[in-house]
Amino acid sequence: MHAESQIRVPLILGNKTYRNITDDIIAPIEGKANRLWYILFTISVLGFLWGIGCLSYTIGVGIGAWGSNNGVDWAWDITNFVWWIGIGHAGTLISAVLLLFRQKWRMAINRSAEAMTIFAVLCAAIFVTLHTGRPWLDYMLFPLPNQFGSLWPNFNSPLLWDVFAVSTYATVSIVFWYIGLIPDFAMIRDRVVKPRMKKAYSILSFGWGGSVRHWSRFEEVSLVLAGLSTPLVFSVHSIVSFDFATSVVPGWHTTIFPPYFVSGAVFSGFAMVLTLMIIVRKVYKLEAYLTIKHIEYMNIVIIVTGSIVGVAYLTELFVAWYSGVEWEQYAFLNRATGPMAWAYWIMMTCNVISPQLFWFKKLRTSIAFTFVLSIVVNIGMWFERFVIIVPTLCRTYLPSTWNSYTPSFIDVGIFVGTIGMFFTLFLLYSRTFPVIAQAELKSILKASGEEHKKLAADHAHH
Amino acid sequence: MATKQIIHGIYSDEVPLLDACAKLRASGIRIKDVFTPFPVHGIDPVVGVPRTRIAICAFIYGITGLSLATLMMWYMMVHDWPNDIGGKPNWNYYSAIPAFIPITFESTVFCAAHGMSLTYLLRCWLVPGAKAKNPDPRTTDDKFMIYLELNEEQSKKADEILRSTGAEEVNYKGTITIEPKY
Repeated sequence: MHAESQIRVPLILGNKTYRNITDDIIAPIEGKANRLWYILFTISVLGFLWGIGCLSYTIGVGIGAWGSNNGVDWAWDITNFVWWIGIGHAGTLISAVLLLFRQKWRMAINRSAEAMTIFAVLCAAIFVTLHTGRPWLDYMLFPLPNQFGSLWPNFNSPLLWDVFAVSTYATVSIVFWYIGLIPDFAMIRDRVVKPRMKKAYSILSFGWGGSVRHWSRFEEVSLVLAGLSTPLVFSVHSIVSFDFATSVVPGWHTTIFPPYFVSGAVFSGFAMVLTLMIIVRKVYKLEAYLTIKHIEYMNIVIIVTGSIVGVAYLTELFVAWYSGVEWEQYAFLNRATGPMAWAYWIMMTCNVISPQLFWFKKLRTSIAFTFVLSIVVNIGMWFERFVIIVPTLCRTYLPSTWNSYTPSFIDVGIFVGTIGMFFTLFLLYSRTFPVIAQAELKSILKASGEEHKKLAADHAHH
Repeated sequence: MATKQIIHGIYSDEVPLLDACAKLRASGIRIKDVFTPFPVHGIDPVVGVPRTRIAICAFIYGITGLSLATLMMWYMMVHDWPNDIGGKPNWNYYSAIPAFIPITFESTVFCAAHGMSLTYLLRCWLVPGAKAKNPDPRTTDDKFMIYLELNEEQSKKADEILRSTGAEEVNYKGTITIEPKY
């Protein structure tokens, strides 16, 4: 058995047994939802329905319903696309990168973080499919033989790379998530008594039995999938940044974009994981598994990625000045002092200053403060994408195309709809799926459980 | 024709389970299977499970994905309809290769990940509607099981080992008849 240093803080609090873990994870699935769940679910569904209304209206009348105009042809839609895709990145980072680095604390959060990834990518997909204007022709994005020649999509274009990157990312994330879910579904199948639930979980668990050969393959598959997902997650946001970086628009055409976008994505994703997990641990009484230490670890990732983002902002400013290119210099001057300077300063405050507060141990171990700050970070990251896209396009090369931008009612509605959809899916997930990877958690109980660590320490003294 | 006894040895902890597996194997008894609620580290060599070759499959699928993407982009962009887009001509594959790298990479990952996952599911026969493979439902919760199929003489020896290593239960689940292979 793997023994863990006594210096490490236990990851599972209290005197838990394997049976206790089973009971705690299955409780939200077998039990009835409380009033808070129904209130949150109703609000989310209402938001989702409003979004569907606005989305249908857009499909009906076209994207003239949006605030985008001749100069500012990318605005709210792409801001939201990049924001949602970025949020998704934390899930893969937690389940893949932390697995490769053998960070055991990932086991309490990876399941829900991966669920969050999938739901966030679905939200992002809504914006990219809609922004083409005629979403019923979106199949033309794929290299399908057709009646025009065949005329193929342009493989030199980062927009097409994005189609491939996002679809690969979405499908691989779903498969990675599901393969981890199979043993946990089997646990639920063997525990529930209601015949209908038993039938449902029996289908979902694919007949898993926990044979030693299957576990051996399971672990190999998880490791290789983690190894494949790690470069994949970096490639996806790099390619999203290529959408901007390979253009010839001042303020976009910079080589710093890929690392800057990836760290920003991890930054906002971890913030969203914190927002969700702080609620989940409270509502489903999982404080023993999602401890203050877990929250602190995630906050440390937020300091690191937040600082990388801060350095990237300053580097951009320096390089714009140092390049001597007037257009480049103007683009940044316009962001910081132009008509949309308020957005720039919201971004700077939320993303650069606020995460630095986590250097104080008292703040990064405070649940209430972390919850508030996790929302602040996501507001900041939304504004980052807005600042990159909108003020830049409002002031391009030709002053005759200079323009302003205001989102329409429909724009806001679709965004609210995706937030509603995200929370609707997450709330449904949290009542029907095992929110913590319980099989993995059981494997670290003896090494990282509080009571077991105490026993090991006592044993060492005698 | 040989008749074999099915024995379930149930444990509530992985340490005595590993001990029992080692002792069973040392006395020449073949362990048919072991069912555990979570992956027990270091169990494979004890039970005698060879290392899985599924990572090799992933590599082969990855190479396939890489080749398919290269072939597709060469055919569409260079052979079938070459275009000069934004001053970046596609008259041959190698000169335009930087633009093809992202999709080549994505396709490699796509094929490796999905091919390996499918292989895993089919090899373990994990498919929707498959019958639960664990003989005792407690093994997904907190029990560990050694599953044996033995002849009469070996059964006695196994029973002794299982009980002496602290098995909570030793259940006899009937016999199966194995037809000899010619």
